[in-house]
Amino acid sequence: MRDPLKFYGVELASRLLVGTAQYPSPAILAGALKASGAEIVTVSLRREAGGARGGESFWDIIKSLGLRVLPNTAGCRTVKEAVTTAQMARELFSTDWIKLEVIGEEDTLQPDVFGLVEAAKVLCADGFQVFPYMTEDLVVAEKLLDAGCKVLMPWGAPIGSGRGLNNVYGLRALRAHFPDIPLVIDAGLGAPSQAAQAFELGYDAVLLNTAIARAGDPIAMARAFAAGCAAGRAAFLAQPIEPRDMAAPSTPVIGRAFT
Amino acid sequence: MKITVNGESLEVKAADLAALLVELDYEAAPVATAINETFVRAKDRAGLTLNEGDRVEILTPRQGG
Repeated sequence: MRDPLKFYGVELASRLLVGTAQYPSPAILAGALKASGAEIVTVSLRREAGGARGGESFWDIIKSLGLRVLPNTAGCRTVKEAVTTAQMARELFSTDWIKLEVIGEEDTLQPDVFGLVEAAKVLCADGFQVFPYMTEDLVVAEKLLDAGCKVLMPWGAPIGSGRGLNNVYGLRALRAHFPDIPLVIDAGLGAPSQAAQAFELGYDAVLLNTAIARAGDPIAMARAFAAGCAAGRAAFLAQPIEPRDMAAPSTPVIGRAFT
Repeated sequence: MKITVNGESLEVKAADLAALLVELDYEAAPVATAINETFVRAKDRAGLTLNEGDRVEILTPRQGG
């Protein structure tokens, strides 16, 4: 069954978005991206260290895989930094897409949602198609949509923590509140079962990096996440039963012996 | 002229941003630029005069999450 996902009018078959950082080697990066089946990968812009030119070879790998890139503003802590980084990314990667991060707190890398909304307004007005990294706050979501965002990306848990979905209630409420907006769980996933849970809640896609890149076998883990995403999405479409407090016999009661 | 490039203090000869990229061997590299936290488009680099104390950022594609 065809079950496409659309971000800003772009139709996608894969619901798994993957980061490109922290892999043990370029070959494993390429192998993991292929195994994941991802069509979108996140990238960043950085200074070259010590006269090295590593960025070019990395970029060559990504281009050779023919994947759509979603540049990020990772590490930005002010609206000005995020907007300037987004403008640089648009030129460098030739895309209006930007994963907007404005970090507000060091220990949790929690988004500064006030700066996020402000930066989103500036960027959307300038023609960017913004994917905001946000908390699951309904009011922030509303303001981001008002700013012009057409996709929302709430965190599951702090970046790189592998804790899964920390606030299932809040994420469920967000899904229910915005039934027609593409919602992506971005960050915090550690295992394919957690990705499956996100899809079972009705989320449209997941974005992760560390869980694959830092796994003992990143290529196998990428394959496992692809399977987890597919299972979770299929389960959501198949309409899972509602949990209940009391038992309900699955074997027919009528016809039971010794009654 | 003394400017800061990617956080490092440098003495450079270039008079504008395009010349600076050549001087620092970034000519053929995929880069995006900013001066004093403001984005400078590739097509504007040639006319953009550098001033003493400018803070230049030259960024390249990198791995990201």
